[in-house]
Amino acid sequence: MDWGTLQDVLGGVNKHSTSIGKIWLTVLFIFRIMILVVAAERVWGDEQQDFVCNTLQPGCKNVCYDHFFPISHIRLWALQLIFVSTPALLVAMHVAYRRHEMKRRFRHGEKIDIEELKNERIHIRGPLWWTYASSIFFRIIFEAVFMYIFYYMYDGYQMPRLMKCSDWPCPNIVDCFVSRPTEKTTFTIFMLAVSGICMVLNLAELCYLVIKVCMKEPRKTT
Amino acid sequence: MNWAGLYTVLSGVNRHSTAIGRIWLSVIFIFRIMVLVVAAESVWGDEKSAFTCNTQQPGCNSVCYDHFFPISHIRLWALQLILVTTPALLVAMHVAYQQHQEKKLLMLTGHADAKHMEEVKKHKMRISGSLWWTYVCSVVFRLLFEAVFMYIFYMLYPGYQMMRLVKCEAYPCPNTVDCFISRPTEKTIFTVFMLVTSSICIVLNMAELIYLVVRACARRSHHNSNPSSGKSSFYGHKHSSEYKQNEINQLLTEQDGSLKDMLRRNSGLQEKGDRCSAC
Repeated sequence: MDWGTLQDVLGGVNKHSTSIGKIWLTVLFIFRIMILVVAAERVWGDEQQDFVCNTLQPGCKNVCYDHFFPISHIRLWALQLIFVSTPALLVAMHVAYRRHEMKRRFRHGEKIDIEELKNERIHIRGPLWWTYASSIFFRIIFEAVFMYIFYYMYDGYQMPRLMKCSDWPCPNIVDCFVSRPTEKTTFTIFMLAVSGICMVLNLAELCYLVIKVCMKEPRKTT
Repeated sequence: MNWAGLYTVLSGVNRHSTAIGRIWLSVIFIFRIMVLVVAAESVWGDEKSAFTCNTQQPGCNSVCYDHFFPISHIRLWALQLILVTTPALLVAMHVAYQQHQEKKLLMLTGHADAKHMEEVKKHKMRISGSLWWTYVCSVVFRLLFEAVFMYIFYMLYPGYQMMRLVKCEAYPCPNTVDCFISRPTEKTIFTVFMLVTSSICIVLNMAELIYLVVRACARRSHHNSNPSSGKSSFYGHKHSSEYKQNEINQLLTEQDGSLKDMLRRNSGLQEKGDRCSAC
């Protein structure tokens, strides 16, 4: 079970999304997951091995690394991507349930929208609208929470070159040097920018859904 | 055979599960197996190479590592996930057996053509009778395995928290030696995460068990209050109305393959024919 399998699972959801939803999914897979797997994992690959402290005291390096990096950027991004993509599964489950209901009603001879069943595309209305809107809302919440966690843990997204550590068993204050700080800063800003774009897309999709419903209401009343 | 292979095997079982069972399977694959493969394995990847002891005594490092980590978290989680997902295969085997029985019955009643055989393979089994007992057993075993592994974790690594420093006195380490663990905070975060998802899975399994029991009791009381709707045999009842309807549908599609024609004729036939009992 890896990113490829997640892509297969979410690819199915794509069919029932709005156009903005499809763009969001593409941005997620190409600019975030792919960049994570293909580039970012290499950059952070030697983060602990090449974290060097100016001391011979055994254990000082481990302790200082643990103090400055409670959870690595890579793992945080992986968790963020998993959490952000799973609300789409709520929609997939609701669509599957609706299709099952439509088939059941068809068998019992009730009138249903044949075009919908034939084209395998379900219109986003009724309870499905609420499920879809909730999934977008949760996506936005998770993105915001993880961006806050990043900011809280790593004060300002920039990776410093040098960190000063005085945890036991390090004697007095010890200088520790981070490996590839500029490259890490570049990728952090890139992932942050793409995360921002995804949030904007989600907000736009939410607005679009709300406006679509509001437009339908006056037409129904007139 | 890897996690993807397990995913393929278990996706087949998904069709015959309850809704809660499907949610449980999604939680297992996305929040446990995927997090294990994509994140946790790299956190524990350098656990032995970055385990540093404050000594130059050869062998002390290895001995202390072995003393404090008899079995790594990653391996325990992998075993837990394999054992927890495999009871679902009991259900898959039972379903396969029932499908085999249905095919035999079809052959005896003279409906043994390819289309009916396909229909047997495709339709969703109702969880009743002996399949209900198999399903309930599989859920009970899942619960048992989850609980056992959580207990093993607690016994081996009391408190779930990973210490930064452990003091080791095993031979050949001289006196007491300080040993430092790599990435303890990250490991603690992931241990807590896996523990929380494990608890969520336990809750889902218990909910599924209660749901199955309540459904069976409701069905039994409905049965007792309405004895005229009693079914003869499990297979007999299923086949008489369901396959008759399926046969009608198949005949329609043979004559004219379009969906619209099927709809036109179906609406006329529904007045005469039986209702599909597989719905």
